[in-house]
Amino acid sequence: MIQLSFNHLVYLVEAARWTILLSVIAFIGGAMVGLPIALMRVAKSKVLRGLASGYIQLIQGTPLLIVLFLSYFGLGILGYKLDPLVAAGISFTIYAAAFLGEIWRGCIEAVPKTQWEASDCLGLNSFQQYAYVILPQALRIAIPPTVGFMVQIVKNTSLASVIGFVELARAGQIVNNSTFEPFAIFTAVAAIYFVLCYPLSVAARTLERRAHAGR
Amino acid sequence: MPDAKSPTAQSVISVDNVVKEFGPLRVLDGVSLDVTRGQTVAIVGRSGSGKSTLLRCIAGLETVQDGMITVCGHEVGRPGSAARAQLRRDVGMVFQSYNLFPHLNVERNITLALTLVKKQSKDEAKKRAAEVLSMVGLTDKIASYPEQLSGGQQQRVAIARSLALQPQVMLFDEVTSALDPELTAEVLGVMEDLARRGMTMISVTHEMGFARRVADVVVFMHQGKVWETGPTAEVFANPRTAEFKQFVGSEL
Repeated sequence: MIQLSFNHLVYLVEAARWTILLSVIAFIGGAMVGLPIALMRVAKSKVLRGLASGYIQLIQGTPLLIVLFLSYFGLGILGYKLDPLVAAGISFTIYAAAFLGEIWRGCIEAVPKTQWEASDCLGLNSFQQYAYVILPQALRIAIPPTVGFMVQIVKNTSLASVIGFVELARAGQIVNNSTFEPFAIFTAVAAIYFVLCYPLSVAARTLERRAHAGR
Repeated sequence: MPDAKSPTAQSVISVDNVVKEFGPLRVLDGVSLDVTRGQTVAIVGRSGSGKSTLLRCIAGLETVQDGMITVCGHEVGRPGSAARAQLRRDVGMVFQSYNLFPHLNVERNITLALTLVKKQSKDEAKKRAAEVLSMVGLTDKIASYPEQLSGGQQQRVAIARSLALQPQVMLFDEVTSALDPELTAEVLGVMEDLARRGMTMISVTHEMGFARRVADVVVFMHQGKVWETGPTAEVFANPRTAEFKQFVGSEL
């Protein structure tokens, strides 16, 4: 049994960098896939709408844990042995895209229909309507729930520990295995998660207040 | 400038036997209407009489089930009609709820379509914005955002935004219904000015004073039909139908 030391705390903080990295990958990947998903959800074409909503239902109805297992162990069996970071990045992108797509669809639909009509009457085509009138307004609506979802992403990255990705939660387990001080260690882990998430939560609340005040 | 009110008998808007249904509800039941160049038409009637729907059909915002609408030579009201883009160049529409773009300032609200649709340069568009803003008396609000303006000012910006595109026809859908009397007066003032300048316009309105004063033709709608129509003075002096008599009576 090793005595718990300051070095262990340093180890946890260093592991938290991987949590942050995976969160950032999840958010950027999720945004890049999620925006097209959101636009497909509100498209005129039934096929596009159906594809997007099928994707969202499938992913929202599947535990993230299973997506992680599939992309790491599943693809591994099929001969595509991925690095845990890559497998986790892909899984979280798939996951975040479904949720961001659904959140953003709501934001696009929250822009009043009359804005479509007014821009239509001025002769703007669909692309121009989206680019200059609808999306800028949807963006303003989207910021609070999007930041709120980022908190979920940060916390959910702990699931990546199951495929051997050493982020904050996994690092806590490792330290605990050698020191067996679960209460102290996981309190420290929780505190670090809190430090990562709390500013986001505060930002989400502030932005939400501001968005409502602007109405 | 030639006398804009002289009848040239040139039909700019022609609505022929139009039927519009929302599900089982027949909102327009065989409506016909002709508007000649330079004419000011006021459409009046109770809520639910179909007057706003008629205007929205003319604007190409709704498709119709039967009949034909022609505006400035473009057929409208059919789904996917190719004339839509052309129609947009010739017809301006102003809404009850102003519908300015809240994320853009007054100038950009006006220049957006000028640069995107009319492909004007930034400078040209800004010059045009200044012109139309002075027409509605809001030159000093050019840098303001919609939320910083009163309802009346927002509506005048909305009118200016439409005018900037130099439409041949302006459609006004209850544009003063959300305004108090003072603000209503300033918006109606702008519209009267437009009518005097010879703009062809159709106004769905509850402002009987405005209709009497400005409109050349009054159309009274009832139950999805044109119930009574004719030159303004004549129609108000001699209402032929009981419904219009009652309607005019209740407005006093």
